[in-house]
Amino acid sequence: MPEALGLHHFLLVGAALFCMGLYCVLTRRNAIGILMGVELVLNAANVNYIAFSRYGVGGVDGQVFSIFVIMLAAAEAAIGLAIVLGIYRRSGSIDVSQMTSLRG
Amino acid sequence: MQGPDLSVVAFLLLSALTLGGGGGVIFSGNIVYSALSLMVSFLGVAGLYVMLEADFVAGVQVLVYVGGVLVLTLFAVMLTHRIEDIKVSNRGVGKLPGLAAALAMFAGLIAALEVAPWKLPAEGVVREAFPSTQSIGNALLGRYVLPFEVASIVLLSVLVGAVVLSRKEVAEPRVSDDA
Repeated sequence: MPEALGLHHFLLVGAALFCMGLYCVLTRRNAIGILMGVELVLNAANVNYIAFSRYGVGGVDGQVFSIFVIMLAAAEAAIGLAIVLGIYRRSGSIDVSQMTSLRG
Repeated sequence: MQGPDLSVVAFLLLSALTLGGGGGVIFSGNIVYSALSLMVSFLGVAGLYVMLEADFVAGVQVLVYVGGVLVLTLFAVMLTHRIEDIKVSNRGVGKLPGLAAALAMFAGLIAALEVAPWKLPAEGVVREAFPSTQSIGNALLGRYVLPFEVASIVLLSVLVGAVVLSRKEVAEPRVSDDA
């Protein structure tokens, strides 16, 4: 039976997910929404890693890399959300267009 | 075989779940709905991992993303919004330029995907066994042992850093007047 699914299909899903995350990061003004967009981008990268691990020549290396990406995403979420909470406590808002206190 | 291939059907369903969740994240005006759509997207991605024979990573995805990152995000949403203004909490600006940039990126990625010379294995190459946990463990403690240890240091500093960043400020600094 010929394989109907190939590398391209999964890369297509990854590309679409990446662009959704990009759009989210570009348009959101809520800091938590931006972090969600970053999570989407990291997931898209992971889909590509796993697809290459399955269809490419790298063997299990892609899965190991995706585990590191998941670890970094968790770290990013923890630190990013802690920073967001700190900003909220300080200024009462997490709208990134109002975070201008460092502007010269 | 008659009828559509079952793996294709599963792939289409999981992709729809993933991308539909992503669409919910980026188009919902309510950030709580965005967070829940993010969960749908994460679960769809976990299903895609299962389809790609990455069972261990699928488990890690569910545990870390759905169980950890998403709960953290929901906590942050709840802690930073008053309940009454949660409806308008997720406004987006610059939608048209953002959409144009995202679509341009997508077109570029598709073009690159078509022309790139992917190194695919030759026909008949024996792939590794399906339960990938053993080979991942061997890789993590063999070839990737240094990144693995660095990752544990990163996680430790993240733990400490998150506690330092998010704890409440001490109300009044204690003056040491024990002299």
